[in-house]
Amino acid sequence: MTTVDGRHEIDREAERLAYKPPEIRHDKQGDMPDEERINQAMHHFVKNFNTQTASYLDGCLHCGMCADACHFHVRTDDPRYTPIWKIELFKRTYKRQVGPFAFFYRLFGLKRHVTIKDLEEWQHLLYDSCTVCGRCSLVCPMGIDIAGLVSMARHGMFKAGLIPHELHEVAKTSAETGSPLGISPDKFEERVEWMADEHDVEIPMDVEKADVLAVMSSIEINKYPQSIAATAKILNASGETWTFRKDGFEATNFGMLSGNPDWQKAASMQLINAAIKIGAKTLVLPECGHAYMALRWMGANMYGKPLPFKVMHISEYMADALNTGKIKVKKLNKSVTYHDPCQVSRRGGATQAARDVIKHLGVDFREMEYGGDYNWCCGGGGGVVTIKRADPLRHRVFKLKMDQVEKTEADEVLSSCANCRQSFDDSQAHFNWDYTMGSLMETVAENLEERTS
Amino acid sequence: MDLLEFAKGPALQVAAYILVAGSIWRIVGILLLKEKPDYSEPRQSGGLLAALKVIYTRSFTASPFKAATMYPKMLAYVMHLGLFAVVLLFVPHIMFFEGFLGFEWPGLPNSVIFFLGVAAVVAGIALLVRRLTNPVLRLISNFDDYFSWFATLFPLVTGLLIPVRIGFHYETLLAIHILSVALLMIWLPFGKLGHTFLVFITRGTTGMVFERRGAKT
Ligand code: SF4
Ligand code: SF4
Repeated sequence: MTTVDGRHEIDREAERLAYKPPEIRHDKQGDMPDEERINQAMHHFVKNFNTQTASYLDGCLHCGMCADACHFHVRTDDPRYTPIWKIELFKRTYKRQVGPFAFFYRLFGLKRHVTIKDLEEWQHLLYDSCTVCGRCSLVCPMGIDIAGLVSMARHGMFKAGLIPHELHEVAKTSAETGSPLGISPDKFEERVEWMADEHDVEIPMDVEKADVLAVMSSIEINKYPQSIAATAKILNASGETWTFRKDGFEATNFGMLSGNPDWQKAASMQLINAAIKIGAKTLVLPECGHAYMALRWMGANMYGKPLPFKVMHISEYMADALNTGKIKVKKLNKSVTYHDPCQVSRRGGATQAARDVIKHLGVDFREMEYGGDYNWCCGGGGGVVTIKRADPLRHRVFKLKMDQVEKTEADEVLSSCANCRQSFDDSQAHFNWDYTMGSLMETVAENLEERTS
Repeated sequence: MDLLEFAKGPALQVAAYILVAGSIWRIVGILLLKEKPDYSEPRQSGGLLAALKVIYTRSFTASPFKAATMYPKMLAYVMHLGLFAVVLLFVPHIMFFEGFLGFEWPGLPNSVIFFLGVAAVVAGIALLVRRLTNPVLRLISNFDDYFSWFATLFPLVTGLLIPVRIGFHYETLLAIHILSVALLMIWLPFGKLGHTFLVFITRGTTGMVFERRGAKT
């Protein structure tokens, strides 16, 4: 007689013989009592409330239109993935505890108290099924920035110790070692030296004074190290004095993604201090979407005053260098489409930069249907790609992206975010897909014209 | 005091006080929250113009979302425009407003108002059916949504019934109509009908934050 391992129970009640789906994992960090978790979650959600966020919670019409903009809902038809539903618990608590009519809601018991079970369920909604891509924010007739609210809810979830373990782990490693993948400054230097050798390019390290500080994301350092060489080639070609620094090289910000403002600040300050130390005029961010949001738009607020240097995404830097003639590229004979990283384009405002670069490359550019600011997210942003249990859902959602890319019939798809790239690579393997996402920066670096002057 | 006198007098007066006080309380409650300055270097100017821009542009649907949201949007337009017309362009209403504002403006013919009013009611009913049947709306809807629907449709329907009479005296119908308006005025600041004024704050603040980034609004 053969035996079956007992890990998967047979569901005898189901219409067809089936295995019971495994229990959904609810992760908890620390050993706080449940009541305390609830209080922490709610307190840290409302802590930084301002006019904007308060009016958002008060202003929702429950029209449900945001559901039609979210890839998670569009692909699954599961109403729980309605963007505004993802912050329902927080909306409820706000109305009960903080809003202008809180007494009224409490008096009549109009809003049910939030329970730990609710919060556990919402972990899936706030992390696994939201990439903070902000597409929903564009459809809302009230103009509510739902993605921004999700980020605030994550602050509460983090303090309550209710976030996915993977995300907690990388965020913690990041806070402890300065890099989510635990890449030490020495390891970084090693990689830089290796790339300098391999690609025969000069890469300045730890220069004391320079106009430009370049930084990298761990994903690149680890998985796409050729990005290091590409960055160097472009900055060298533009004739800039620039450097990498061991005391400030990590651009990713898992404090931000996981919802811990203290860790977010620490990561940003590391870069800010390094740039100030060398008297940099510009800090060039790598191909990473959330790094752009973290430093370009939130960095100064972490610092508490305007930054004494400019912050640019590498696509903006390249566009600028190409437009002003600082660097030149060869024309390419192929068709290309471009995937916009949400935090750089839709939410960051640098949509045009990549298009300028592509124009200089002289390719047959095929914009995706509703590309640019309305682009479908790769499904891996907001830390989702790190959450293992979210893989099946993420793959399902990626189908929208595949359709969008395939429709263009372009030879190649380029983007400017290593996190998107990682999510593309993973889904490509999953679906055995024909398209491999290429990097805009590497394409430029490979096709630089030699400087004649 | 008969019912009509009560409706026209104390009922409407109290409702007006609650409407004004409630709205101010809610707006001030939101506006008083502490504001942190944004130190990031703007890509372009934001400020009040950005707020006004988004207050205007969000009245229309961006093309990627048109197909999916066409049906409820059309219904919502019909309902809102119908309501505006009925409230502000119906001649007896204008005369009522003139009573305390001291000036008047041209209205629309009664037949047009009647048609727009009926259209608004039909759209309202279609929106309710949608709320009751669409899985997303069923999940996210609560008491506020249904009560606000009732508070909006009730005065519309009672108003439309006045010329029809259906066996009631004119005075009785008018009194019921005015009382239903009072109910609407009392509820408006508290629930989601507050979007009447909140829409300027939500759209406006979004405009200010995202326009200065040059991001999509
Ligand atoms: S931010 Fe993106 S993923 Fe999150 S709810 Fe909105 S559309 Fe969905
Ligand atoms: S689209 Fe805006 S108003 Fe409508 S349900 Fe979503 S958040 Fe609320």
